[in-house]
Amino acid sequence: MKILNMQLFAGTALLSALLLTGCDLPPQETVQRGYRGTGMEAVYSPEVLQEVVAANQVPAAIPAVSSEGPKAGDIYKNVEALGHLSVGEFTRLMAAITQWVSPEQGCNYCHVAGEGFEQDTLYTKKVARVMILMTQNANENWGAHVGGAGVTCYTCHRGNNVPEQVWTIGVPPRHAEGHNHLMQNVAHQESSVYTSLSIDPFTPYLLEDGVARAQGGTALPTGHTESIRSTEHIYSLMMHYSDALGVNCTHCHNSRAFGSWEQSNSERVKAWHGQQMVKSMNNDYINPTNDWLPEYRQGPMGDAQKVNCATCHQGAYQPLLGANMLADYPNLGSLAPAPIDLIEEAADAIEGAVEKAVEAIEGGMESASLDQAESAGEAH
Amino acid sequence: MSMLTFEKKYRVRGGTLIGGDLFDFWIGPFWVGFFGVTTLFFAGLGTGLLVYGAAMGPTWNIWQISIAPPDLSYGLGLAPLMEGGLWQIITICAVAAFASWALRQVELSRKLGMGLHIPFAFSFAILAYVTLVIVRPVLLGAWGHGFPYGILSHLDWVSNVGYQFLHFHYNPAHMIAVTFFFTTAMALSMHGSLILMATDPREGETVKTGEHENTFFRDDIGYSVGALGIHRLGLFVAISAAFWSAVCIVISGPFWTRGWPEWWNWWLELPVWY
Repeated sequence: MKILNMQLFAGTALLSALLLTGCDLPPQETVQRGYRGTGMEAVYSPEVLQEVVAANQVPAAIPAVSSEGPKAGDIYKNVEALGHLSVGEFTRLMAAITQWVSPEQGCNYCHVAGEGFEQDTLYTKKVARVMILMTQNANENWGAHVGGAGVTCYTCHRGNNVPEQVWTIGVPPRHAEGHNHLMQNVAHQESSVYTSLSIDPFTPYLLEDGVARAQGGTALPTGHTESIRSTEHIYSLMMHYSDALGVNCTHCHNSRAFGSWEQSNSERVKAWHGQQMVKSMNNDYINPTNDWLPEYRQGPMGDAQKVNCATCHQGAYQPLLGANMLADYPNLGSLAPAPIDLIEEAADAIEGAVEKAVEAIEGGMESASLDQAESAGEAH
Repeated sequence: MSMLTFEKKYRVRGGTLIGGDLFDFWIGPFWVGFFGVTTLFFAGLGTGLLVYGAAMGPTWNIWQISIAPPDLSYGLGLAPLMEGGLWQIITICAVAAFASWALRQVELSRKLGMGLHIPFAFSFAILAYVTLVIVRPVLLGAWGHGFPYGILSHLDWVSNVGYQFLHFHYNPAHMIAVTFFFTTAMALSMHGSLILMATDPREGETVKTGEHENTFFRDDIGYSVGALGIHRLGLFVAISAAFWSAVCIVISGPFWTRGWPEWWNWWLELPVWY
């Protein structure tokens, strides 16, 4: 009996030790995310937090230069997105982009040595131009999502030619003929955060116009039209949001009423704008590049590599833990102002349109009063 | 209150754990006992404080009354009364009342010369509660990790804590606990129906005995666990349900901080697949 007890004890101890090795041991870091007692909390293992902090350091900025002097657009040829920068600013930004995107290949990643810098020979240069426009547009027009910190090339690239976390349209899993796989039930997929949920929640919501809203407005399922399938797709998308930001569902939601904006944290509003922003990036900037992308830069379904939350966030609730890197590179903060002659043309066009409109209104009033007079005459 | 004729025979002195003959008497059908008094005291005080908290709160709607634990910022210290301190005192009262009740069951078992099966089984319910409001909060470093005392608010807490780990149904201990809860319900309903089909016959039929019961299950599934065995099995599945519930929540946070689906990667990453 004693020996049996000893063996039992040793066995239990061994099993517990095995189980614990796969675990995060206390103490943990916790953050309250809602009113006390609601269970809205973030729980972090200090080791995981250290990894996140280490992975989200901002590189030292290149010393700022003057914005005075001749413009890059006047000195260099074929400068579309950055022509309004001074030559100094332009050169500095080129050096920074090289550090951020192609630290190993250097300038030759986009420019062919010996050929003029203005040539668009390499697809990488054309992509770079689109990406610069995308970044400027995000900073200028999507303040509701990126406001406060802004984004630079480094937010996503982190020294890689292509950001580490991008997505392409999902490949249907292997399945028996006639079986409706619904893009679900595939083991070990990071895109579904290792669940049995959809392995491509991105196409419907970050490319197409799917509305990620499944919860009914009534307590009972009366007049509720969302299917289990779309609900699970949304669940998968939300898993991605959480995983990409290193947070859990209660970062945004009080799960007693997922759909209620009143009971949600303000981060949910930011996330909503983020979804719209990502959709715009994928449709307006990235998809058009697909026409001239080499095959090895496309996914298995022949589409360009696209943006989701993880592309920028990379495990942090704010990319680079909220560091305002844009402050060091204000040239990426807004789109190039339209050239003067274009503005004048636009002003002329507007003036002409206003005149026409005024004429039309006046004409309309005249004819209306005529109508009135006529009908009044008929009545009498 | 009426009393069965033979009941007086079992009203014996002694068996107490504390205080000797103090409170060792009956009031009507109830034995008082030292721990009966402490149960009454702590249950009364705790309930009174719940009502006080409700009176100070925004609503008398029975569904919405909630006594919440302190903010996490108070850590494992004391909080002001209306900012979670009430929750802390009520928690002490609840644990004391539950423990008193278990010890009262021990005393009665001793008095009657029986085993301690009932207090043993009840301890698992206490374990589950203590795990939720004492063990896990201590491991996470703040009383604020406990659940609020309110009919709907504690359900909201359960929901949010589940979503802290993205998909709680992937929690392995939760899977085991849920399985034991369903098994308990199935075992109890099968046992109950078996007893009724044997002892509550239709008109004209006679009452059957254990032989019928055993034969039914031997014919049905090839084995009958027996009259004593089904109660051992019942005890095992029921306390296992409570035990694994406690495990599933105490590992969520203190020993696992990520989504539960991700935990299963150890299985997918076993070298046997490659």
